[in-house]
Amino acid sequence: MQELDPGVMLAVLLEMMGVWFWLLGLLALGGLTAFGALVARERALSSARLVRAQAWALLAGAAALVLMAHVTKSGFTDAGGPIDWLLIVAIFAGGWAGGTILIYALSGWWPHLPGSAALQARLGLKSGTRA
Amino acid sequence: MDQSGRLRAEPPQAPDQLAIASRRRFLTLGAAGLASAALPAACAPRSDRVRSRAHIVIAGAGAAGLTAASYLARRVEGAQITIIDPRVRHLYQPGFTLIAAGLQPARYAVSRTGEYLPRGVNWIEAGVAEFDPDANTVVTTDGQRIAYDYLMAAVGIDLDYDAIEGMDVDRIGRNGLGSVYHSPEGALATWQAMSRFADTGGDALFQRPATEMKCAGAPLKYTFITDDVLRRRGNRGRARLTYAAHNNALFSVPIVSEKVRMLYQDRGVDTVYSHVLKSIDIGARRAVFDTPAGETELGYDFINVVPPMRAAAALRNSPLAWTTGPWAVDGWAEVDRHTMRHARYPNVFVVGDAAGVPKGKTAASVKWQVPVAVDHLAADLAGSESESRFDGYTSCPLITRLGRAMLVEFDYQDNLVPSFPGVIAPLEELWISWVMKTIALKPTYVSMLRGEA
Repeated sequence: MQELDPGVMLAVLLEMMGVWFWLLGLLALGGLTAFGALVARERALSSARLVRAQAWALLAGAAALVLMAHVTKSGFTDAGGPIDWLLIVAIFAGGWAGGTILIYALSGWWPHLPGSAALQARLGLKSGTRA
Repeated sequence: MDQSGRLRAEPPQAPDQLAIASRRRFLTLGAAGLASAALPAACAPRSDRVRSRAHIVIAGAGAAGLTAASYLARRVEGAQITIIDPRVRHLYQPGFTLIAAGLQPARYAVSRTGEYLPRGVNWIEAGVAEFDPDANTVVTTDGQRIAYDYLMAAVGIDLDYDAIEGMDVDRIGRNGLGSVYHSPEGALATWQAMSRFADTGGDALFQRPATEMKCAGAPLKYTFITDDVLRRRGNRGRARLTYAAHNNALFSVPIVSEKVRMLYQDRGVDTVYSHVLKSIDIGARRAVFDTPAGETELGYDFINVVPPMRAAAALRNSPLAWTTGPWAVDGWAEVDRHTMRHARYPNVFVVGDAAGVPKGKTAASVKWQVPVAVDHLAADLAGSESESRFDGYTSCPLITRLGRAMLVEFDYQDNLVPSFPGVIAPLEELWISWVMKTIALKPTYVSMLRGEA
């Protein structure tokens, strides 16, 4: 228990995040599973859908930075050295990569979800739109 | 608080070294990696369990006592473990600074002792009135005589406000009087007083006692925080900040002291040396300091009083205390600095703030002292020898402004022992060190109490 072993990391993360550890873990697992299943089903990556997902995921990267600023009660003007900028980039990249996977999977599976056509019609979206 | 009006407190900290190499792991991305940096270090005792029917008594259920209970419960099978402490409220003392900075509510530092007690540990809700190590007995404040085979004393510190003439803890938060150390409520009241000061400006005084103290970086941090709050409100030009050091240094580690001196100069904080707070006139807002040239009186509009600190009375007045040397006067326990075993009573270990060792009245030290002490105790039970060794590791996330801190880690020899050499520079003001302090330190501390980190 003296070293940085996985058990220590898990204990600290659980203590730090509480129920959010499990919710975010499930979200990450669900997103990865849905992404993998979609790629397997389509036997390819849709480049147009991927680019759109990457673009929208910039918001997820920004949201990760805002969340971090909120929980640490600080701002990014507090960055004082290269390691701080690396941390900021890592936080943004984490949010962006996670967002990309989730948005790609969601937009790919969306037309196959029950009730999606009706919802699209109600929202005035063009029926049959494929992301 | 005890009957004399003193706050009995146990170690904030919230962190030795043996193998520096073992600490030199690469930065593990993610918060747990950051968290472990906040209370890090090395020295890996064995983790094999031993069987024993010994009665182990833990005196004190602060950070050190609770951590010892968790480690002993995991390490020793069949033993009877008893912990003695009247306090149902557990205080996360490293959080006091954030409360006094206006960033957290008072409840941030408060939890229940019972949350951290491992199953099977018998809790006696009474204080320790007397240690009788010649009879292997502890006497409680309600008159029970508890015999032990092994004693782990973790009774912490008395904050001796009474030693400052004119000091009245009930007036913290009014008349510009602050005292971050007092309690979560005292820290909040200090924030309120400091916040009012930051609106108006004036003279602010900061000091530390001439005794050993817990988290010696805290008074320095609060000076930096006050400076920052003034700047954010546009009133820094209307305020004069003075830090009164008790000797000729700002910090016991020379390289850190020099860095703080440079930062204070940069921030315009005046520094006076060899000033020890003697008395205070709260109504008139004046403080009297003992100096080599005699008494000096300084006026203030805001002051953060850090009282003298001594080993808890029961230990201070017992045969466990040092009888000669620098730690005798305030009753710190005479232990081997590398094993935490008592020098004259080999079945007694003293961990946490009450230990008479050169440094380490922090939670970070507790994190590395307790496993070493438990390893030696377990080896005794197993009839073997332990080679575990504590080399004085401690850690201080020294806040230099809201949003930045220096992750200062050092040992008995005043060596800097950074957990992430080349990655997180110990004397650099960094946001990543602030991130550790604000979101990773408390979860790591709580995991430590549960014996999980």
